[in-house]
Amino acid sequence: MSTADLHTLTGAYALHALSDEERQAFERHLGECEPCTQETAELSATAARLGLAVSLPPRPAMREDVLRQIRTVRQEGPGGPALPRRARTASRGRPVSRWALAACLAAAAALGGTAVWQHERAEDALEQARRADRGANDIAAVLTAPDARSRTTKLAGGATGTVVVSDSRDRAVFMASGMTEPPRGKVYQLWFDDDGSMRSAGLMDPARTSQAVLMRGAVGGASGMGVTVEPKGGSEQPTSTPLALLNLPA
Amino acid sequence: MNEVAQIGRHHSAEPDLQELLRRVALGDEQAFASVYDAVVGPVLGVVRAVLRDRAQSEEVAQEVLVEVWRTAPRFRSDRGTAVNWILTMAHQRAVDRVRSVEAAAARDHKAAQLDRTPEYDDVTEQVEARLEREQVRRCLRTLTDIQRQAVDLAYYRGLTYREVAEALALPLGTVKTRLRDGLIRLRDCLGVTA
Repeated sequence: MSTADLHTLTGAYALHALSDEERQAFERHLGECEPCTQETAELSATAARLGLAVSLPPRPAMREDVLRQIRTVRQEGPGGPALPRRARTASRGRPVSRWALAACLAAAAALGGTAVWQHERAEDALEQARRADRGANDIAAVLTAPDARSRTTKLAGGATGTVVVSDSRDRAVFMASGMTEPPRGKVYQLWFDDDGSMRSAGLMDPARTSQAVLMRGAVGGASGMGVTVEPKGGSEQPTSTPLALLNLPA
Repeated sequence: MNEVAQIGRHHSAEPDLQELLRRVALGDEQAFASVYDAVVGPVLGVVRAVLRDRAQSEEVAQEVLVEVWRTAPRFRSDRGTAVNWILTMAHQRAVDRVRSVEAAAARDHKAAQLDRTPEYDDVTEQVEARLEREQVRRCLRTLTDIQRQAVDLAYYRGLTYREVAEALALPLGTVKTRLRDGLIRLRDCLGVTA
């Protein structure tokens, strides 16, 4: 990843939205880039405000639980920067590179300005229109619904599947990551489980190993969902043992 | 309970929280109890937003608070405010948990019990918390749809930016820049300084 690319990761970093490898690369970069450090600090503080806005009252007995626990926990000695856990080892002892600093400054300058912003607004509008076709707005609506609930499971071959349900929208999204491609001429088909009877919820794109799919039809009274391998075009009823069966999150 | 009444007023409460953390670093359990009272609501809120599951959220929130006690000697006020430090830790912990598949199995296992857990949280919302919430909501409305969805999915759902790109059917580069410029706009709207 280039230095300019790394600089644009300040937002994703502040939101903890990077993979471990990317986070480490970014933290090495931080040690070399003063403006990035400043921006990262500001954006992390901004993310914390998102946290302050969702305050919840705790169970009263939790206070006593925590106060009891700390009596048995030994405190660390001082020293070491107060960065998140993995930050410390990653950013230690990297010499400052002048070239990196210059590149970083150039990237920061290039990213400012209203022309860029207006261009991005136009780009946003275009993308909105483009992805409307793909149901992405519906997917986002489910994922960002205030009552969205999710459940994750492990699939064969190290893949994971997550189902997200919104009761208010009565829709569900299935997100798969790292799935193997289905055998030739086969597809992955999604199902709602209505108390033991399976109802098709559409097909996944066989060409993509990671994807988010809006499950077809309303969730209704479904208590679970499943994924099976079916002949191209899908089946009326499952014809193979499910790869995954999940209870829908309550 | 009395040193820091409300974290919603964190601008004024912050120096106190900083001072309290300094005392916590010296092993002062009473100071820790005050820090607990000041931050437990937002810590639980952040964790619950990401994890959803009540029992698991409480477990992670407790871990975070114990972590505050354990690592308080490492807190450095020149690197940001105490509340940022604690909420960053809370969000990181919640995200770590949601991304570990082992946790998913445990979450499924607990689901049946959870369904029977009665609601206890109809506690009156504190005025400061509501003001904070309204201000953040107002500022979130100034973002473009894509910026807001991307920030929402990353922060409140704990998705990686790759997963956000999948969910919104957007190129990776677009999601990276939207997370960044979305947060920048929020920062300016909220008047955040580091």
